[in-house]
Amino acid sequence: MKSCSIMKREIVQYFSAPYFYVLMTIFLVLSGYFFYTDTVLFNLMNFRGTTSLTRGLWAYYFNDLRFVFILIMPLITMRVFAEEKKLGTTIELITTYPLKDIEILTGKVLACLVVFVFMLSLSFINVIIIGIIWDFGEIASVMSGYLCIFFLGFALISCGVFVSSLTDNQIVASLGTMGLFTLFWFLTWNEMIVSEEGLKILKRLSLFDRTFDFFRGIINSKDVVYFMLFSFYFLFLSLQSLGSRSWKGMK
Amino acid sequence: MIEVENVTKEFGSVTALKGVSFRVERGQAVGLLGPNGAGKTTIMRVLTCFFPPSTGVAKVCGMDVIRHSLDIRRRTGYFLESAPLYVTMSVSDFLFFVCGVKGVKRSHRKNEVSEAIELCGLQHVGNRLIGNLSKGYKQRVGLAQALINQPQVLILDEPTIGLDPEQVFGIRKLIKVLAGERTILLSSHILSEVSMLCNKIIVVNKGRTIAEDTSKNLNTILQGNILTKVQIEGVPRLVIRELEKVKGIFKVSTHEKRADNILEYLIESDKSLDFCKALCEIAFSNNWILRGVQTLKLSLEEIFLKLMAQEEKKN
Repeated sequence: MKSCSIMKREIVQYFSAPYFYVLMTIFLVLSGYFFYTDTVLFNLMNFRGTTSLTRGLWAYYFNDLRFVFILIMPLITMRVFAEEKKLGTTIELITTYPLKDIEILTGKVLACLVVFVFMLSLSFINVIIIGIIWDFGEIASVMSGYLCIFFLGFALISCGVFVSSLTDNQIVASLGTMGLFTLFWFLTWNEMIVSEEGLKILKRLSLFDRTFDFFRGIINSKDVVYFMLFSFYFLFLSLQSLGSRSWKGMK
Repeated sequence: MIEVENVTKEFGSVTALKGVSFRVERGQAVGLLGPNGAGKTTIMRVLTCFFPPSTGVAKVCGMDVIRHSLDIRRRTGYFLESAPLYVTMSVSDFLFFVCGVKGVKRSHRKNEVSEAIELCGLQHVGNRLIGNLSKGYKQRVGLAQALINQPQVLILDEPTIGLDPEQVFGIRKLIKVLAGERTILLSSHILSEVSMLCNKIIVVNKGRTIAEDTSKNLNTILQGNILTKVQIEGVPRLVIRELEKVKGIFKVSTHEKRADNILEYLIESDKSLDFCKALCEIAFSNNWILRGVQTLKLSLEEIFLKLMAQEEKKN
């Protein structure tokens, strides 16, 4: 499949770029730090052994992991299209090959997903450590948490790829993506100035408010549907952005 | 094979192409000539479906560039000016990647890549990173990717620009090999190169086609009177007097002394006059010895400048 060729090329590009290893280091340091602090907090709270791992540790850990990805994801997605547009017009090279826009987009998004899952999988060491020290009894809720992070990551990737398709400057792409993520994060913060009805609507639109049930081990179908719709909406916008060269300037 | 009919292309308030029309038949090698900003690259981008024309019709292999964009891209190989490439890949990895995106079957990929590498002289650099290659080799890699999957039409945008003479010779030799097998549309600033490689020339200026013909025909149309250099052994005063008597000869002047009694004359005559016949008759009747005859043709540079001047006058 042609998307596979694009995906392979993109993955090789990521793993041969020094900045990617810096990014992985930042991710591991931050996720490790959050894991350490959340474990210490759990230890303090679990004085009589009454707090479950899910509520006392994993919910906080996955909560903190979201913020790490708000920071990391724009730096993964910024180069997806912006680099091609800048790099001596390789965008012209690739769009004059017999490739459909959706094949180009699929290949690039899959590459981002592979890279993201690879990074995320490195944090699984924390689960193994807790499992050895404590137990693997609440592994289902851990998996639910990771599933949520995966859906969130897919949504953030779609958003980041769309912003990258709008510009030829990677800095602008990463800052724009970070700005969008922050907006979705802050959407429900100002509860006092919004009416009750308004708050209900904002909560439904908020990406990050949909993660709490997952972290408690509950997979809510409406949250899964929301994540999927969010992701595919931005992928649709990316496709339109990519295809705009076919109709711009036409009479 | 390539048909462009009244194509315009606008970028906001800037009109890059203003009603360009030309045809390229199957198997022809056609040169696109024009100064910087004439619209050569824009024409090529329309034909390779990078963007559509604003108005007008452009067809490649009988298919419209808007409606059959994917089919055209399957049949076209495009060499871009400045050869943009993925510099972190090796030459062979990049060509295998191109095989993948062009839909070459897995079983044929090795052969395709080997053939492209051999045709473009990349045998010694197959495993090197593209970013570490010289400009000449990068251009060859750019040409190699255009040749993958045996495209019927090759569109080459300034394939020899910035290369040293040896590299230029290599690329030209390759283009000569490919011409005839494929239909080639090639743009260049180097007029002698276009003249050498192409059956037909299309001259573009400020987004318009101002000429479309073979180099020979353009020469005939634009030349005006015929200029001929003739070396005659005879008394110069008498030679000039007798030649000027011939109807159709406008001016005779001495050009250069070749030997004691041999002078080179520059003769301006009418296009309709059979100059060689008239010269032989007069030389025979006066017992002159003809040492050399050379008809002067307009160089392609002169043709190009005359066309530009004519266009400026029209505007």
